[in-house]
Amino acid sequence: MIGPAGTEGSRSVAPDAAPAIEARGLTRAFAGVPAVEDLSFDVHGGELFGLVGPDGAGKTTTLRMLAGVLRPSGGDALVLGASVARDPEAMKPRIAYMPQRFGLYGDLTVRENLDFYADLHGLRKGAEREARIERLYRFSALEPFAGRLAGKLSGGMKQKLALSCALIHRPRLLLLDEPTFGVDPISRRDLWIILQEMLAEGITILLSTSYLDEAERCDRVALLDGGKIVALDAPRALQAGLEGRAFEIRAASPRAALRTLRERPETRRVALFGESVHVTLREPASRLPAEVLRAVESAGTGVESVEALRPSLEDVFLELTGG
Amino acid sequence: MADAAASAPPFAEGGEAVIVADGLTRRFGDFVAVDDLSFAVEAGEILGFLGPNGAGKTTAIRMLIGSLPPTSGTARVAGHDVAVEPYAVRRAIGYMSQLFSLYGDLTVRENLDLFAGLYDLSGERRSGRIRWALANAELEGREEQLTAMLPLGLKQRLALGSAILHEPAVLFLDEPTSGVDPAARRAFWELISDLAAGGTTILVSTHYMEEAEHCHRVALMNRGRLIAIDAPSALKASLERPILEVRTSDPSRAAAILDGLEELEDATMFGRTVHVVVSDEAVARERIAAALEREGVELGEVRRVRPTLEDVFVSLVRKSGGVVAG
Amino acid sequence: MTFGRTLAIARKEALQLRRDPRSLTLGFLIPPFLIVFFGYAITFDVDDIRLAVWDADRTQASARLVDAFVASGYFRVVDRLERYPDATEALQSGDALAVLAIPRGYARDLAAGPSPVQLLVDGSDANTATIAIEYAQGIASAHSRRVTLAERDARPTLVPDSRAWYNPSLDSRNMVVPGLVAVIISILAALLTALTIAREWERGTMEQLVSTPVTRLEIVAGKLAPYLAIGLFDVLLAVGIGTLLFDVPFRGSLLLLLAMTSVFLLAALGFGMFLSAALKSQVLATQFAIVATYLPALLLSGFIFAIANMPRVLQLATYLFPARYYVTVTKAIFLKGVGIEVLWPQALLLSALASLAIAATVAVFRKEVA
Repeated sequence: MIGPAGTEGSRSVAPDAAPAIEARGLTRAFAGVPAVEDLSFDVHGGELFGLVGPDGAGKTTTLRMLAGVLRPSGGDALVLGASVARDPEAMKPRIAYMPQRFGLYGDLTVRENLDFYADLHGLRKGAEREARIERLYRFSALEPFAGRLAGKLSGGMKQKLALSCALIHRPRLLLLDEPTFGVDPISRRDLWIILQEMLAEGITILLSTSYLDEAERCDRVALLDGGKIVALDAPRALQAGLEGRAFEIRAASPRAALRTLRERPETRRVALFGESVHVTLREPASRLPAEVLRAVESAGTGVESVEALRPSLEDVFLELTGG
Repeated sequence: MADAAASAPPFAEGGEAVIVADGLTRRFGDFVAVDDLSFAVEAGEILGFLGPNGAGKTTAIRMLIGSLPPTSGTARVAGHDVAVEPYAVRRAIGYMSQLFSLYGDLTVRENLDLFAGLYDLSGERRSGRIRWALANAELEGREEQLTAMLPLGLKQRLALGSAILHEPAVLFLDEPTSGVDPAARRAFWELISDLAAGGTTILVSTHYMEEAEHCHRVALMNRGRLIAIDAPSALKASLERPILEVRTSDPSRAAAILDGLEELEDATMFGRTVHVVVSDEAVARERIAAALEREGVELGEVRRVRPTLEDVFVSLVRKSGGVVAG
Repeated sequence: MTFGRTLAIARKEALQLRRDPRSLTLGFLIPPFLIVFFGYAITFDVDDIRLAVWDADRTQASARLVDAFVASGYFRVVDRLERYPDATEALQSGDALAVLAIPRGYARDLAAGPSPVQLLVDGSDANTATIAIEYAQGIASAHSRRVTLAERDARPTLVPDSRAWYNPSLDSRNMVVPGLVAVIISILAALLTALTIAREWERGTMEQLVSTPVTRLEIVAGKLAPYLAIGLFDVLLAVGIGTLLFDVPFRGSLLLLLAMTSVFLLAALGFGMFLSAALKSQVLATQFAIVATYLPALLLSGFIFAIANMPRVLQLATYLFPARYYVTVTKAIFLKGVGIEVLWPQALLLSALASLAIAATVAVFRKEVA
């Protein structure tokens, strides 16, 4: 059996290696209103770390501070050993940042964008540079479009290009702000293949996402709500906390079932999910308590099935934010 | 949550479905944004338009609400032809756009007054509906607040209330929960479900594959075409194959090894695990264990996972030979 | 600062320029068009003044006076009036710009002493009217002298011989075109560059750029380079148009003009870029650029209105505008043919302004999103 989640993978991280990112009390306010408050967390070298939360939770603000494009109002973070509050330029040669908005030049071609970023990072023209571009073309399947203006690419291809430009100088750390937002599923898979290759090479990746299902791919996640961290752990560990409490009930009349279940003291949260009802109990149980089932049936709706659910990160999030 | 059932909207009489599209097509020059779209939505149904950005969802909706004429094909909404009677269509429907269409520099009350006026509401009905919208968004007592200052979840509910002040028979929602936190999202979907139970027909477009679970039926769109339309559970079942999540000591090697196995349909990495699509679960488990042991990769836990709509989407697109290219 | 990164930025900027129709129009089409258009349109010479004549005397003497007006080449007789009150109608209708009224008894009075003659001028265009009056007075006094000398059969005691150096024909075009070049280039330079930094912030590409090791100076220098090239090209074009189309003489060194132009451009472009970096909004930056360059360039650069005639306060203010120095430079090189030994103060001041503009841009440009 492989060890606890978070340490599996093709290489293990030496326990005393300095973390790639050490955030301590990171804070940022805009016109007096805090967007991010007192964030403290570590990201280990070679880790895939997720910043998870809805819009307005502070993901973009946090990433911008770590990328050195936004100064913290308070606190600090050491990114690859450099302080973002005192010396934000120091780590830029070794990181790559992909902002939420497409940050490349729509009026330059795919190849011109790649060349530009190669030049910017001082990669001299020659065999090494060509080899890297070739490799990126292979991952991204963008070579047939090398002469196309970047603005004319589909959303998924734009993101693949952005990732390619970010990787051309072989950074140690990738900071990605919602890299797969709105991207078609096939391009999303391509993007993840690239990311997984990078992880295999030991690159550290910190990404933000509001897709809770995507967060489940990460080694560890920090759930952000209103600028604060409400939980930080491996997804499985977080889900284990809710293990044995989530059930899915299919009934002839889901709305009647919903109303009844909500009134039960055993239930903590009840939500309609299409034609079924998802229930979170206050106490873990190996099966849905008989009283609850009877109550639903006597409310006049036949119960078609009851199934224990593996709690999703969304359930965890709702639990922690009191939703 | 205010009870929407008390004000159930009237719905289409007769046998015709509330929304009917037949060969709906829209071109922009050489580019075909919507290609031969045909489907029907019954009263009280929630239909989800699912697909990535650029699939044509927004263009399709614009045609259905009568604000963009089709290049060819027809569509009827609430009994009116969208090309011939666009104004009649717009009077009969509610529309909530991705950007919520509220004026940030107006107060909550001012926005509601504006929309009430736009929909020609007056008198008792007007004040009653505005009261309902405020209660629904839990904004009673906050009428004088500037809309821009509201948190996203409340803005969304206010936008929805504004869109249905006139109790339309049909409601079109374009990416209504984009970026909203999970709690607000769930509350929103409950409201939608209430409305549908009251007879309102609802068409939602979204790129969040998992949101489709809330719909009665889902229409998957890619590159302007409809690639499938069915209930979410049926779509997932159609995938037919179980999916196993395999944990190993060397995920990338394991993925390469398993992808080469003939008995397995597909093996891709998912985080640090490998997701494998199999035909026979028992046989597959055996094969996986054997192959990995042969290559010296340590095998951890193997468990069955539910296919997601994304899996369905990718599989359908691959099956139809199509590629989502730029 | 590395050359490689600056070059990368310059190359990118050039590629984008090449594909942007608006910038191309502004940079390559508009300058020559404006120079040709305004070169023809702006002239301070007034000729072909329409003159109506009321000659009540009808003598040889009065006829000779009218001839003097016509012979000057500035006046053209369009109407002979029968009655004095007709003058009002002639001026009101605009048929004539001026009326020469010679009363009965002109010739008789001429023999005795001063003989009054009246010139009525349409004053609604003050400039033209003033010039017409000046011409008329000149003609009248010259004629008067001739008459006097002829009478007395004497020779004149003082004959002023005035010649306008550098612009002997006093062709106002020679004054206008060099100055026009300065004005147009400075306006367009600011407009062009007011877009660049702000545009990248608004499009979101700057956010990604500032997460790389590129320095602010490299970004500014790289962005300036292609516009500098366009500006120099425009000046060469302007010299061509000026000399070939308008026959403006070019007596100085082309190389010196290009060198001085480069420094001037750096100041003008630098200013536009400063606005772009400080305001981060394309709309605001262009509005500021228009106000801050157009009016001063037109009114305060010495292009049309001599600085020496301005109130002291404004005179001091003009020291801040690069266009002021450049107007001096262009006129000097075109018309006077002088070299750096005379123009070094302008060179120095333009260099100072250029350095100031670029330094200010770098200072105000932050590699930060907010």
